[in-house]
Amino acid sequence: MADLKQDTSTAPSHAGERYFVRFTREQRYLHAVLFTTFLGLAATGLPMRFSESFWARKFASGVGGFGTIIFFHKFFAVVLTLAFLVHVKDVFTRALVHREKGIFWGKTSMVANWKDVKDIFGHMRWFLGLGPKPQFERYAYWEKFDYWAVFWGMIVIGFSGYAMWFAPFFARFLPGWALNAVLVIHSEEGLLAILFIFSIHFVNTHLRPDSFPMDMVIFTGVESEEEFKTKRPEEYQRVAAQGKLESRLGIKPPVWLLNFSKAVGYTAIFIGLLLLVLTLSAYFGS
Amino acid sequence: MKTAFSIALALGALLVVAAPRIAQAEVDCLGCHGDKSLQDASGHSIGVDAGTFHASLHGSLKCGDCHATIKDYPHPDQVTPVKCESCHTGEAEGLAGSVHANRAEHPCTSCHGDAHAIFPKSDPRSAVYPLNIPHTCGNCHGNDALAKKHGLPNVYPLYIDSIHGFALSKEGLLVAANCQSCHGSHHILSHNDPQSPTYKTNIPKTCGTCHAGITANYAGGVHGKAVASGDLHAPVCSDCHTAHAILQPTEATFRMQSTPICGSCHKDKLSTYRDTFHSQLGSLGGYVETARCWDCHGAHDVLPASDPRSPIAPANLVATCGKCHAGANASFVQYQPHANAHNRKLNPALFYTRLFMNLLLAGVLTFFMIHTILWLIRSRYQQIKTRPAKGGKNG
Repeated sequence: MADLKQDTSTAPSHAGERYFVRFTREQRYLHAVLFTTFLGLAATGLPMRFSESFWARKFASGVGGFGTIIFFHKFFAVVLTLAFLVHVKDVFTRALVHREKGIFWGKTSMVANWKDVKDIFGHMRWFLGLGPKPQFERYAYWEKFDYWAVFWGMIVIGFSGYAMWFAPFFARFLPGWALNAVLVIHSEEGLLAILFIFSIHFVNTHLRPDSFPMDMVIFTGVESEEEFKTKRPEEYQRVAAQGKLESRLGIKPPVWLLNFSKAVGYTAIFIGLLLLVLTLSAYFGS
Repeated sequence: MKTAFSIALALGALLVVAAPRIAQAEVDCLGCHGDKSLQDASGHSIGVDAGTFHASLHGSLKCGDCHATIKDYPHPDQVTPVKCESCHTGEAEGLAGSVHANRAEHPCTSCHGDAHAIFPKSDPRSAVYPLNIPHTCGNCHGNDALAKKHGLPNVYPLYIDSIHGFALSKEGLLVAANCQSCHGSHHILSHNDPQSPTYKTNIPKTCGTCHAGITANYAGGVHGKAVASGDLHAPVCSDCHTAHAILQPTEATFRMQSTPICGSCHKDKLSTYRDTFHSQLGSLGGYVETARCWDCHGAHDVLPASDPRSPIAPANLVATCGKCHAGANASFVQYQPHANAHNRKLNPALFYTRLFMNLLLAGVLTFFMIHTILWLIRSRYQQIKTRPAKGGKNG
């Protein structure tokens, strides 16, 4: 997608393995804001959704009642809303102002295309040993799904959330029953997001054998040549054929960045899995 | 003790011999019983504090007025118990039909205290002075073993922590309800007895002795009317406020426990309320409050929505919701605080919204669950097969 030069003036290290840039600093920061606010929203939203469960009440009384919980829920919501708006503005600026190619369509776009449909079936065939592993491009179909699920989720959860927050205002143009429906939509879509991120996204992106225990690329921005080749062979070949591999070179992530990213990443995964267990216990316990 | 007793006896005997029989008075009795440490054979105190006795309500009476069977000295070791009812006929009659009718178990002194130190009930020294009553009754009704034996609740601790108990013990409010205010004194009846002030249908009147305004409100509401017409399912004061552990209703503790109380009868309304934002947040407790049943329905004068005086009558909804939701308008109040997303007929829009969301949730999760599990198995298989290729970690 964007300007994929690693934001550093240091020359690429040619001593050992080569590293290639996959995410820009802005994209990594966006992900960091996204998962921090998402964890916060999940941690404050779940006690409200499952307010009858013992842990919800324990948590609420521990932090000073639901007044505190809803304050932080709204706080994280506002931060996430801003991040979302910044992202949308960024995408349109790049596409319309900077005339960047491949944002809304093409091999590097987040928008689904025919190859994604073929990849879904191809991947499934490979799972069952009925065909070769699909050669993925820059964004594989499950990554695009993750992106659009979050995109759609933010619009749906955000809209329904603000409709509850400012109910008398929204009631000016929404029918009465919509005020009932927004809670159902907000809580079901929120639950879907939580269950999806803390199980499917965690496994697909971080915990599966190819990336276990965590895919560091979203934290460091770079991945090894080996990983680039195996995970996204079609993109690697395309970039190589265009002779643009050099321009994608980054530096090997410093140890402090790796350690910091691991600490943050493991904490996020741990909190996520804990919330998942609590959600499932409340869901099936009630 | 024995020597003291013997000396006292000897002294008493001397006095009796010395004094003219006709003038025998309490002075003679006090000759022996004036020793406050005096005990009978079974160890009960039979000493009398002359000073206290003279200051007491019965201070002008002679010993023989109550101890009527003792005419001579020396008197037998065993004397017949004093019959308070020889004067207090009304009280005795009341007691006879009451739960405390067994005189052996409940002698007058069990409530009135030391027979030689009876004071008017307006006197703080009296065991039945309003501020002393809970403690007096609590001697028995605050005793776990006794409560169990008689199958009664141990009510003293409940009462003493209640709003009435606090007003009485902390503020010293004479008008605060004490045991006797609701149960009466001598003619205490079981709450199962229709004559009892604590019998279900009599409770509004009993509470109304003090809470006259609220009782009048209650009488005009659906609950009050139902109870008055003999419907024993409808709640009276104590069904919502409890009998002894009554809390300040605006207090968080009471607000937290109140909804299930209404819900114990209005089960369907409780279950639909549970699905709403009001309930989900409300059950977490805290400093901000969400609407509980009576915030919308009223507490004492609950009226159906069809009654124009009801806070949930369509014309009043904007005002009622507006108590919390500033800016509530006609469209806003179409919100259904008891909508049932499971009921297609009553709430079709909500029903289909929920159905769609559930299908979306189940569909997405099912597809990706299968997808992820298959993927995991396949990747692990591939990894083992193609070792020593070091996984794909970029670190």
